[in-house]
Amino acid sequence: MRFEPRSEDEAAALLRDLVRAPSPLRIEGGGTRTTIGRPIQTAATLSTRALAGVSLYEPAEMVVSVRTGTPVAELEALLAGKGQMLPFEPPDFRALLGSAGEPTVGGVVAGNLSGPRRIQAGACRDSLIGLRFVNGRGELLRAGGRVMKNVTGLDLVKLLCGSWGTLALLLEATFKVLPRPEASLTLCFAGLSDDEAVALMCAAMGTPFPPSAAAHLPAGAGGARARTLLRLEGFRDSVRYRAERLAASLAGHGAAERIEGQESAELWRAVRDVRPLVEPRERAIWRLSLPPRRGAETVARIRAERSCAVLYDWAGGLVWLATEERDDAGAAPIRAAAAAAGGHAMLVRASPELRARVPPFHPPSARVRALEAGIKKAFDPAGIFNPGLREAGI
Amino acid sequence: MAGIAFPTPDPRILARKSAIVAQLRALVADPEAVIDDPVELAPYETDAFTAYRRPPLAVVLPSSTAEVARVLAFLAREGVKVVPRGAGTSLSGGAIPLEDSVVVGVARMNRVLAIDPANRTARVQAGITNLAITEAVAEHGFFYAPDPSSQLACTLAGNIAMNSGGAHCLKYGVTTNNLLGVTLVLVDGTVVELGGEAFDPPGYDLVGLVCGSEGQLGIVTEAVVRILPRPEGARPVLLAFASSEAAGACVADIIGAGIVPVAIEFMDNPAIRICEAFSGAGYPTEAAALLIVEVEGSDAEIDAELARIVAIARRHGVTTIRESRSATETAQIWKGRKSAFGATGRVADYICMDGTIPTSRLPEVLRRIDEIVKGYGLRVANVFHAGDGNLHPLVLYDVNDPEQAAKAEAAGADILKLCVEVGGCLTGEHGVGIEKRDLMHHQFTRAELLQQAAVRRVFDPDEILNPGKVFPLDLRCAA
Repeated sequence: MRFEPRSEDEAAALLRDLVRAPSPLRIEGGGTRTTIGRPIQTAATLSTRALAGVSLYEPAEMVVSVRTGTPVAELEALLAGKGQMLPFEPPDFRALLGSAGEPTVGGVVAGNLSGPRRIQAGACRDSLIGLRFVNGRGELLRAGGRVMKNVTGLDLVKLLCGSWGTLALLLEATFKVLPRPEASLTLCFAGLSDDEAVALMCAAMGTPFPPSAAAHLPAGAGGARARTLLRLEGFRDSVRYRAERLAASLAGHGAAERIEGQESAELWRAVRDVRPLVEPRERAIWRLSLPPRRGAETVARIRAERSCAVLYDWAGGLVWLATEERDDAGAAPIRAAAAAAGGHAMLVRASPELRARVPPFHPPSARVRALEAGIKKAFDPAGIFNPGLREAGI
Repeated sequence: MAGIAFPTPDPRILARKSAIVAQLRALVADPEAVIDDPVELAPYETDAFTAYRRPPLAVVLPSSTAEVARVLAFLAREGVKVVPRGAGTSLSGGAIPLEDSVVVGVARMNRVLAIDPANRTARVQAGITNLAITEAVAEHGFFYAPDPSSQLACTLAGNIAMNSGGAHCLKYGVTTNNLLGVTLVLVDGTVVELGGEAFDPPGYDLVGLVCGSEGQLGIVTEAVVRILPRPEGARPVLLAFASSEAAGACVADIIGAGIVPVAIEFMDNPAIRICEAFSGAGYPTEAAALLIVEVEGSDAEIDAELARIVAIARRHGVTTIRESRSATETAQIWKGRKSAFGATGRVADYICMDGTIPTSRLPEVLRRIDEIVKGYGLRVANVFHAGDGNLHPLVLYDVNDPEQAAKAEAAGADILKLCVEVGGCLTGEHGVGIEKRDLMHHQFTRAELLQQAAVRRVFDPDEILNPGKVFPLDLRCAA
């Protein structure tokens, strides 16, 4: 069965009906990321597709509210029309996951998905200031609001962002937005090893001219030579000045080529959407979040156990890793290496068989798991929202 | 003022005071870490919301996470309420004790544990003061961004409890945007590590939930914070206007032009006069409104950005422009603003409100605040962060006149209701505490409050931690 509520009231009424004879529900936006998480079986799917459109946009306040079924592309076009943008550069995983459809705002919020600018401007959860949602009791509720400074009550916005649809049905999201930079320029250092590249990126982030993004594409990841990319954004004169100062302070790492305009934009879209690792499709994809300076050494540890192709973003703090599916796609050594560095690893792309066997989300400690189970129950006592998608029993 | 109710103390707990104190002494290494002498307890009776005070049973100042864990496990087992405390600078009564509670203060846990410039993180004990973090990382060329006015005294633990902001959060965000991980002692004494040096940990965002939870989910003993490289320089421009409307429109146009200054501070005429009389900063006392707009970067970058801002201000009929060209001029411009609360305290007693509004409603809200306060026969001065709409109306009154005090409290409540009515919220950075607890029904529906309370009870089913705060007292009985 498939539900497509067309209004908030309709969604809440539907949930109240469903709760009377609880039956699990899969929540879906554009359906472009449905292969992330544990495979789940539900009798019904609830799509947010018909809950679309902008409910408030105040460019002078840098605030926008949209219904969660709104395509991300539509929201970004609206903001671009007023010279603004979502600060966190939401990624598009259609190529990576081999999916079709339109990524929606609700999906981005449910996954707390952020792209390269996360390192400077924060994650989706940092820009998200308000939500309207229906909980598992069919109650239509609000968290946060439309003002960017708000500490009134428990911050349920943070809890819902990144909950992968397991706590509530999200109806409307309000974001703090930023002006689009007037100019953007990428410094590209060629031929660095992973170690050298991570050292360079961490050094760059500590200068008074910090890049808005820092990524490393090793040899073979979309080019014959390794490329280390630092992106500067802002007013034109300022970007030119910062690029000079940054290049000078990093001169010990070699000379930097400058990439601008369309070519620079394409390059960062490729990093954002993990394009260099899309093929071969049968490979599993892991996403490791690490303390940035531990990026290269963590990959070296994993490589001692199995071969893989990688892509570094967030100055080394985000490692995308492609490896064969055999032996649980390396779950044990990959998770051990990530944990040893103080990070965690998520299995983003794998066959349903593997995702049923290997927990796609990095498993929490027993005490934290108990808190999470309690939170799930506080929102969704009957367990109807995406049950088991994140973890068995949650 | 006596309008805010406290939960009735439990006589059985009060009767067991000496036994509880003795057992607490056995749980901590330093016997002086437990305070029960009435004279020594006096400083802990209240926080910066001084209109209310209650002496606690005792105060414990543990020196380690393990001691906090032992103390909490014991108190929870005995059913004794716990009031967590940092430096006691809360403006909303968030750290005011209950008579049958034990205050657990983290002020002794104030060490820097690790600074990692390459990761742009620092791991610190939560009792460290806000400013001490910046001082510790300064030698590496870094700073800790959230900067509440009380940053010399307030602790990170308190900043996390209230999700504190500051003057520079327009660009750098508030505490939650600069906090990567916490060590949290749960009410049963279990210690959990949430988040850490890596971004976006798996599972529900418990770090985000704990930040701003006002000490009701556990006690934070350590934290990993994001540190940022210090910019090359920063300079403000002072802009005066003949009306609040013009100043408000100027703010909107600055942001509309794609400029995000690090700070946009707003003062109205009463605030200008009070600050000028106190500090002699050279503010134009005839102006209706004054903006201080600060930008960062190299000298050339600052010049270019200030020129853009001044051009916008001219379109809105700016009457005075003072662009800082040196550190001395910068200090002079900020001098009046930074002394605002102290200067106001010299002319009258005041309560400082903290609502946030959509910035487009600014002129209308300022006019209505004036009407509200005049309606009670009182005066108001407005000083606030204009870029993000976080207002700080200072309602002036005489603390020795009970009638005026009650009127000031009522005027404050009306102002906060107005903030909610225009689409804003009750508190932008000070927290709910006891001060705004009974106004929560104006911002949230009953179902919304019950949803929040249900999440709180996952962490603390018996409501041992900081009870009587944030949630209206009648919420539970009527549930």
